[in-house]
Amino acid sequence: METLEKRLSTLEYVSVENEDDRTTVTVAPEKVLELAKILRYEEKYDFLFDIVGMDYGDEGFGVIYYLSQTENPARLTAVKTRTGSREKNELDSVCEIWESANVYEREVYDFFGIIFINHPDLRRIFLRTDWNGYPLRKDYDFESNSIPVHNELIPDMETSHSVYMHEGHEEDVTRSLFDSNEYVVNFGPQHPAMHGVLHLRVSIEGEEVKNIDPNFGYIHRGIEKLCESYTYPQILHLVDRLDYLSGTMNRHAVCLCCEKALGLEVPPRAQYVRTIIDELTRIASHLLGWGCMCMDMGSITAFVYGMRDREKIMDIFEETAGGRLMPNYNIIGGIARDINPNFIRRVKEFIPYMRKMLKEHHILFTGNPIATGRMKKIGYLSKERAITTGATGPSSRASGWSNDLRKIKPYSAYDKVDFDEVLRTGGDTFDRYIIRLDEIEQSLRIIEQLIDNIPEGAFAAKTGAIIRLPKGEFIQRVENARGQFGVHIASEGGKTPYRVKFRSPSLVLVNALKEIVPRHKIADLIMIGASLDYVIPCIDR
Amino acid sequence: MEVKDIRIRNMKYEDFNDNEYLENYVNELKENGVNVFVGTFSDIINWGRSNSVWPLTFATSCCGIEFMCVGAARADFARFGWEVTRNSPRQADVIFVCGTIVHKMAPVLKRLYDQMAEPKYVIAVGSCAIGGGPFKKSYHVLKGVDEIIPVDVYVPGCPPRPEAMLYGMMQLSRKIKVQNFFALSEKSVKHKSEK
Repeated sequence: METLEKRLSTLEYVSVENEDDRTTVTVAPEKVLELAKILRYEEKYDFLFDIVGMDYGDEGFGVIYYLSQTENPARLTAVKTRTGSREKNELDSVCEIWESANVYEREVYDFFGIIFINHPDLRRIFLRTDWNGYPLRKDYDFESNSIPVHNELIPDMETSHSVYMHEGHEEDVTRSLFDSNEYVVNFGPQHPAMHGVLHLRVSIEGEEVKNIDPNFGYIHRGIEKLCESYTYPQILHLVDRLDYLSGTMNRHAVCLCCEKALGLEVPPRAQYVRTIIDELTRIASHLLGWGCMCMDMGSITAFVYGMRDREKIMDIFEETAGGRLMPNYNIIGGIARDINPNFIRRVKEFIPYMRKMLKEHHILFTGNPIATGRMKKIGYLSKERAITTGATGPSSRASGWSNDLRKIKPYSAYDKVDFDEVLRTGGDTFDRYIIRLDEIEQSLRIIEQLIDNIPEGAFAAKTGAIIRLPKGEFIQRVENARGQFGVHIASEGGKTPYRVKFRSPSLVLVNALKEIVPRHKIADLIMIGASLDYVIPCIDR
Repeated sequence: MEVKDIRIRNMKYEDFNDNEYLENYVNELKENGVNVFVGTFSDIINWGRSNSVWPLTFATSCCGIEFMCVGAARADFARFGWEVTRNSPRQADVIFVCGTIVHKMAPVLKRLYDQMAEPKYVIAVGSCAIGGGPFKKSYHVLKGVDEIIPVDVYVPGCPPRPEAMLYGMMQLSRKIKVQNFFALSEKSVKHKSEK
């Protein structure tokens, strides 16, 4: 930490601000690239957590880069820059320094129209090429687009634009992503094995995949823009529906972010219950992920077994919170209502049941020679590539990258429990498969330690009828079932936020898919995708 | 031919909350008169059709997970002959629109619907498919799938429980049962978007 401050104090073009859990570095737009190189190569900031686009009104556009070191992952460093005027909307791309910046910068371009110079593939990421305007700008006209009648044209999809600086002049370069002699197959958006409405353009050579180009946006609901017109308690309901399989965890993140901003003390009872509910959600999500992955390999039985066990968790949710898939349970300050009298008993019944069933799942599928033959040594992702693509969660822990926020930066009741961060080193599909089943066991351990010790007392802190966050920018990360989920809230002091950005763990997982898949068989493409376990609405937001 | 049977084996007539619209439909059929031969054949065919409706595997977001629950162990729509989820729209009878439909997805859904063979049905599952749901104010969300395709049954909820989806399926079963099969192609419904 000191070394960073010392190094930055030698640079006269930055200003540094230290808060309790993050460092904010403000820099002029021309110097972003220079600073990024120093941070990456001298200070070892190798993990780009997120890029947030901002519209500061008359002060132009801005971008915030959230960075982290894999050696010291608990601390985030924010690099802020703003262009100064609305006419100026160009920034240098940091793609060559952090590879995961590719998708993030495309997103900022799509939403704000900020052009990244030297970006290799500056297409719109979520919206169609013929979309008018940039929706997250404050002056966006909602009436400027109508419902399209025809599908997006293939040439539009695969033409990439880049802007390069050449001897002081801007140069627009357009090129096609695929050669004219390549055999390209559309895979999705409506495909039963695609786990949602992802559209992959797959270039194949016989049975082998040469290259893939993911197209997003078929479920882009504009949640970030919607949040700007809703109050904080209303936002919570949209957050659940981002990554619906880890809805409570996403909601937890927003609640924690607001509570941090308000300086609200959450009662211990609420913290314990939140942690238990989070872990139950994680188990449900992993069971579904496991079932779907097995189904993609042809085992319908495994899917039915996984869903059967998942129903037990849904019952517990329903009894206590009132909802099955969307419990709507966390609120700012605690939980919406106290737990059901049966909650503790039913959770305690569930733990030995799940342990027994886990054994059965292993016997049913893990030990199956056909299944292991298809999974082992297929779809290798190295630790270094996991970091550069930005993949987090179980998929990257299978490659040996320790990044579990529950361990690194415990929130709620995670610092009171003893559990292992499951790490494997193989990095292949089998490791990504088995790590989920092992995580279920760890989640059961966490629940076991908490369920008997839920403290008595209030279940929610008192908040005002209208919640206003103080002026400032707040970020909160939680570990959801797919990796690090982040919420960035910029507030102007009003009852609605100025800007909300969600960091989706699934977006970078598709980035990792692009990395893993070349030179694999088409049949393995589906299985590798299932092993990464991405959720498309979380990508598209 | 006198009476049209709108009873199905899976659920009691009294247990349905809204029987009027079907009764009105039956009255309309009675007033227009149904040919005895055609009516009897139609009844036999509809008996078969209403007990084996094949849905398309289609889901965009959250409601898709509940749709999977309907297909899995506990709710198990195989009991009612719905279990053969088809991956190709050309083999499917009904499309469950599970989840939000956004502008970019709208032409895809329209094409899927057009690819399905007649007679075809649409069930709008969840508040997003019915009217945009919580995302109604968004710049990129369709305010209900009935803007682009005709809908037969609406299942409210966010997301609906599996039982609610089963109820929606029963409703569609009854609707299929009272339809005059041989007149279906004649009055092929033109949707408002096709005017």
